[in-house]
Amino acid sequence: MLNKTVAQLAAGLAKGEFSSVEITQQYLNQIKQLDSQLNSFISVTEDHALATAKAADNRRANNNAGLLTGIPIAHKDIFCTNGIKTTCGSKMLANFIAPYESTVSQKFQDAGCVMLGKTNMDEFAMGSSNETSYFGAVKNPWQLDCIPGGSSGGSAAAVASRLAPAATGTDTGGSIRQPAALCGLTGLKPTYGRVSRWGMIAFASSLDQAGPMTQTAEDAALLMNIMAGFDEKDSTCANEPVPDYTASLNDSIAGLKIGLPKEYFSKGLDSKIATNIEQAIKELEKLGATVKEISLANTDLALPAYYVIAPAECSSNLSRFDGVRFGHRCENPGDLEDLYKRSRAEGFGAEVKRRILVGTYALSAGYYDAYYIKAQKLRRLIKNDFVAAFNDVDIIASPTTPSPAFKLGEKSNDPVAMYLSDIYTISTNLAGLPAMSIPVGFAGGLPTGMQLIGNYFAEAKLLNIAHQYQQQTNWHQQLPTAIQA
Amino acid sequence: MKWEAVIGLEIHVQLATKSKIFSGASTAFGAEPNTQACAIDLGLPGILPVLNQEVVRMATMFGMAIHAQINQRNVFARKNYFYPDLPKGYQTSQMDLPIVGPGYVDITLDDGETRRIGVTRAHLEEDAGKSLHEDFHGMTGIDLNRAGTPLLEIVSDPDLRSAKEAVAYLKTIHSIIRYLGISDGNMAEGSMRCDANVSIRPQGSEKLGTRTEIKNVNSFRFIEKAINFEIERHIDVLESGGKIIQETRLYDSEKDETRSMRGKEEANDYRYFPCPDLLPVVLSVEFLNEVRNSLPELPEQKRQRFIDELGLSEYDAGVLSANRETAEYFEAVTKQCQDPKLAANWVMGELASRLNKNQLEISESPVSAKQLGEMLIRLKDETISSKGAKTVFEAMWNGEGSADEIIEKRNLKAITDTSAIEGMIDEVIANNTAQVEQYRSADEAKQGKMIGFFVGQVMKASRGAAEPGVVNKLLREKLKG
Repeated sequence: MLNKTVAQLAAGLAKGEFSSVEITQQYLNQIKQLDSQLNSFISVTEDHALATAKAADNRRANNNAGLLTGIPIAHKDIFCTNGIKTTCGSKMLANFIAPYESTVSQKFQDAGCVMLGKTNMDEFAMGSSNETSYFGAVKNPWQLDCIPGGSSGGSAAAVASRLAPAATGTDTGGSIRQPAALCGLTGLKPTYGRVSRWGMIAFASSLDQAGPMTQTAEDAALLMNIMAGFDEKDSTCANEPVPDYTASLNDSIAGLKIGLPKEYFSKGLDSKIATNIEQAIKELEKLGATVKEISLANTDLALPAYYVIAPAECSSNLSRFDGVRFGHRCENPGDLEDLYKRSRAEGFGAEVKRRILVGTYALSAGYYDAYYIKAQKLRRLIKNDFVAAFNDVDIIASPTTPSPAFKLGEKSNDPVAMYLSDIYTISTNLAGLPAMSIPVGFAGGLPTGMQLIGNYFAEAKLLNIAHQYQQQTNWHQQLPTAIQA
Repeated sequence: MKWEAVIGLEIHVQLATKSKIFSGASTAFGAEPNTQACAIDLGLPGILPVLNQEVVRMATMFGMAIHAQINQRNVFARKNYFYPDLPKGYQTSQMDLPIVGPGYVDITLDDGETRRIGVTRAHLEEDAGKSLHEDFHGMTGIDLNRAGTPLLEIVSDPDLRSAKEAVAYLKTIHSIIRYLGISDGNMAEGSMRCDANVSIRPQGSEKLGTRTEIKNVNSFRFIEKAINFEIERHIDVLESGGKIIQETRLYDSEKDETRSMRGKEEANDYRYFPCPDLLPVVLSVEFLNEVRNSLPELPEQKRQRFIDELGLSEYDAGVLSANRETAEYFEAVTKQCQDPKLAANWVMGELASRLNKNQLEISESPVSAKQLGEMLIRLKDETISSKGAKTVFEAMWNGEGSADEIIEKRNLKAITDTSAIEGMIDEVIANNTAQVEQYRSADEAKQGKMIGFFVGQVMKASRGAAEPGVVNKLLREKLKG
């Protein structure tokens, strides 16, 4: 039962093959048994989960159930949950309990989904390895001495090792796609504004976007049907109609034009990853797609632009963590300045501090034009590249990451090397485009991913292609062996 | 040396919305601390702002009222600094693209001279909370009720040349926002606060001197005193060979002096950047037209109409249009009695002096516009004399009822029957033979002065019910003998 997809669980629940309480209990048992090896959960909400599962079963008995009523899922610990701890992976919020529910988690609640717990993550979503979490690193279920990717590493490890059938994640520069690729999952970062950010603790507001992390594209479509949509509480949320993302999964992709950006296949790319992508593209060609080399000329500007804009916004977004109203406050502050300095020095980890400092510098008088304004201009150039590319092709395919999961600790002391692991994912956040990662093979026993980038609001198209690919392959069905023993 | 002051004002106006600029929390004044601050106002993690549309409408109205350019695309920015009463660590404000661009207002000085004062810009922003130091021994309490209250910051050009001009400008802005109904402008409650930038330069010089900023002055009287103090201080410093330091100063109304708050060199680097949680505000032409059509008549237009349509003098029209309540009162009286000049005389005369004496606002007047209008009808149709009217007014002031009730009760009907008045005149002449003799032997100029005595006697005899003009006229004839 534990290896079932969300779609299979939903079918089983509908047929009465099992109850929500039964499957919820099984996942909770699995978490108890295995998570000590993975550290993928910060909070396991057992009582809450069982109560919700019971309520879901009642709804089903009263013919008041939706498709996903009773389905267990895990939420990244960045989504505020009413009355339940939300830490954002930080000491600063180690004991923070929000008096409100994020729109995303509320929508799952309304659908009758069961929250198993809150998953581990890089502190304030800043990191690519999950090693910056105050609650400790998460292990990659495929090789426990490797990182699972970040920042949604807890969600990725949990779903990959079937501690949850699906999970939510957030993606500011690749935080859904990179861990999905490194753990062998399907991960979708929707168009900026497609999913509400309300109640999701902000890292870089203009880049953050929530999305699903699942075993299959079909599951991602099911989750998107719940998550997507306008929210009047988020001014940046798009007021666009939401399609049924499952409706077009089985559409033919014959005639699909795939663009391969040459800049994404150059130096630094692991050769096995390149081979895996080639194979995957061949599968798509068999389904009738055609391939064209394209150029995204400003790709090399994405990383520097991102590492100005994201820290600039984070330096401002994280100012509220000052020890005055909530969160960590230092002991016996001498005066106000001491309160600020020590609370923040004690509450934030090294990576968060590094980015706050970079962002503060980039926005400061005399440097604003040289860094922030310049970065915004680069952002526009990067966006223009994509807009032009989509005049020629329907979809863009690329590697998700330059290499498979690296060893824990390997890049901890080299921030730039760490930042490079998001080199293929960052551009789409700057452009606000939807993109997803699907498993397309292995390298040295570790999963690797292919990234599909779509035009604005083309999530359904992305899911369609991924689903068609997954009908022909079984990479997404492979189970990590490291923890199953 | 002759010095010239150069003054610019930054006026913070609290907009009269029911809810805050980015949240649904109430803006009512005077609630228990922290009872009107929701998760958004507290800056809790994960919360997002949503712009209150009413705030945009109000700012647009103001912009149109001061003949300003309205920026159809305007942008909210974050002004970053740490302060315990600033919950998010930044204030959401407007920087590069404010909603209201350059405009102007015309101010009228006491001598009747009119000056045009440029308004650089007006932008929207959220207020911060308040630090409370009393009742917290050695600690500070924070009240965030005010956090997120919508403010319109109106920045003038450095066009003001004296404290008096600054006050006239401030009063003009106050009048406009009250007319528009976008703020109650209550300075005591902090709904309108003012910072003044003051510098001086040798008269005739084009170059600006070093300026100092006086923060948060909250009355018309204090702003005048604070600016005057500051001008004098600048002159003293410069004339004794010193230098003005650019700094922020506080005005102490008890000591009537300003003192240094902090030097500008220690000032924060606010690290402004566009707020990524709010999209640029884009105003449609339809919206602008709708707002333009909804604008009430403004003081300047009203003044002109009072002159053109009601035939008032420039002076009267200016006084009566200066504030919305006075203008509305005057118009209501006029509507009732159909005599603008008569209404103007009473509103600016008897009513104003009584209000002044009792330190009442016109909105607190014990005599309503309706009551005054009804009385003036009786004055016009000669039911009462002008003297009788004063008696009626006083009785109304004391709450004795309507004009008609008082006229009836006190028997104040004017004596218009000339034969009755003639009878009284005859009696007065008969009782004052010596004075009559004197009058008749005096020359014309002297007679003019002496007639008052007889008029007084007749008025007394009529218990004020005779019309003095009629009495005067008849007396002069009878006294000729």
